[in-house]
Amino acid sequence: MRHVLGDRRAIALLLGPALLVYTLVMLVPVVWSLGYTFYEGNAITGFEPVGLDNFARLVEDPSVREALWFTVRFAVVLTVVQVVVGYLLALLYVFVLRRASGIVRTLVFFPVVLPTVAVALMFQQLFESAPRTGPVNALLEAVGIGGVDWFASGSTAFWVIIAMETWRSMGFYAVLLYAGLVDIPEETLESARLDGAAGPRLVRHIVLPLSLPVLLSSVIFSINGTLKVFDSVLALTNGGPGNQTTPLTLYMYQTSFTYGEYGFGSSIALLLTALCLMVTLFIFRSSRRDLTKA
Amino acid sequence: MSQTLISAAPGVIPTATRPVRRRRPARAVWRSIWTGAIVAVVLMIVVYPLIWLVLGSLKSQPEFLNNPTFSLPENWTNFDNYITAVTDGNLGTYARNSVLAVFPSLALTILFGVAAGFALEVMVWKGRSTTLLLFLAGIMVPGQMILLPLFTMYFEVGLTGSLWPLIITYTAIGLPLTVFMMATFFRGVPREIFEAATLDGASIYRMFFSLGLPLVRNAIFTVALVQFFFIWNDLLIALTFTNRDELRTIQVGLLNFRGQFGQVDYGPTFAAICLNVFATLAIYLFLNQRVMKGLTAGSVKG
Repeated sequence: MRHVLGDRRAIALLLGPALLVYTLVMLVPVVWSLGYTFYEGNAITGFEPVGLDNFARLVEDPSVREALWFTVRFAVVLTVVQVVVGYLLALLYVFVLRRASGIVRTLVFFPVVLPTVAVALMFQQLFESAPRTGPVNALLEAVGIGGVDWFASGSTAFWVIIAMETWRSMGFYAVLLYAGLVDIPEETLESARLDGAAGPRLVRHIVLPLSLPVLLSSVIFSINGTLKVFDSVLALTNGGPGNQTTPLTLYMYQTSFTYGEYGFGSSIALLLTALCLMVTLFIFRSSRRDLTKA
Repeated sequence: MSQTLISAAPGVIPTATRPVRRRRPARAVWRSIWTGAIVAVVLMIVVYPLIWLVLGSLKSQPEFLNNPTFSLPENWTNFDNYITAVTDGNLGTYARNSVLAVFPSLALTILFGVAAGFALEVMVWKGRSTTLLLFLAGIMVPGQMILLPLFTMYFEVGLTGSLWPLIITYTAIGLPLTVFMMATFFRGVPREIFEAATLDGASIYRMFFSLGLPLVRNAIFTVALVQFFFIWNDLLIALTFTNRDELRTIQVGLLNFRGQFGQVDYGPTFAAICLNVFATLAIYLFLNQRVMKGLTAGSVKG
């Protein structure tokens, strides 16, 4: 048995292609990219060594600080918003709609599979203020608040991105959390109800503590994903106005391909990777069980 | 429920229970009105933008600028915008590029990933858990970290200017999650099946093709579906490696759509967004349960 299941040639043949492609296209470039942080230049003009200059610039450059701040702020705010909205939806599915929740679940999940670029262009039109009034501003004017030029300032644009990402992902987190809520034993809920807990009190004292593990993993998945936000911001605001909505990912992209500074671009990528690494290590430590379940 | 039955059974209906009975339906009615309202608002938020998108794709430019925001299209069979989007907007070429880049890389990722998952989980050898961890590490590496060396590599090898950089990169980026998910699925298969097959004299390749593959057939389909959405919707890789207009995938093409027509040409833009959305809608319509299951299982990717 050992002979067949431990056949070295077969292992090499089955694992070989995957390992080869993975090593060449992911592992080698990661190491290579680390090497770039000590150089400056690009693929066309060539490279020259600059020592630790890129790291010094990383610390000094105010744009890096702004991008880092935007990235962290965005990840934290969006995580809170999308997990809370997802949790409320999951509660709606489990306790209010019960068996009938299937169709709602399916519909609310749909935006998850939509191409980000398409959604971003759609939201641009939804929140448009000139030359044509978009539905959101039209609605605001109808209520008497008056329209807002959403993309004219960083703070309003920030909330449009948050709104869009929430619209896109709430169905996803709802289904993820739904799976956790369904696992709560009916007997536990029944006995709590017999003891007189109902509505918000039932949620607060019984459901919330019992769904804490799945809630925690959702939060960590969400932070890990939102730190890497790229396409939604690029397509919706392209980092503007100015660089007020530029996350690290986009700043790295602009540095590398608009200004051709591969060295500094790699340093920003390294900063981003370090940030993600910390979060991911946290995932493995805190929710190993959920991960292997997959 | 049983209580009301018991009290009603002896024929003497106690008057005290009457108000209780009447209040219950009233509360149930209120409850369902509330539920209905909440569900309606949720569905409105999710579905209305999409309906608005479709309506917009049927409107002409003057309708956009002169009619109120919430007006319906004047001509319901006005498909000019779609024609403009596909012909002048080059959407046909972009869609073809997407298909040419996505499906080969999808096939390769699945083929390599399933084989690797089998070798890592079913076969017995030293260092397999380390190798699995090595693949897992790839899940958290942001695309930005490998972009620049890859750009240099493809440039040096002379692959720039074709769809190969996309196919190769997508294959590699899809591998960590595919290997991870396939290993998980193979772990769920009882080991006894493979051991029995060994005793019956099956070779390892026979075991892979006639036992392993059929056993995880459903899982392979789910993983392929998940990877399809990740690759099809990708912007970062496609944007970096498509340096000419005729190489653009549908996402990059759509991103540059507004540039081409200027912000103001609403109709074709709406039609182009619609066409892009419909492709995923069609898949989701038939396979939504599987998509939901697969994507939430792949949530590690974030």
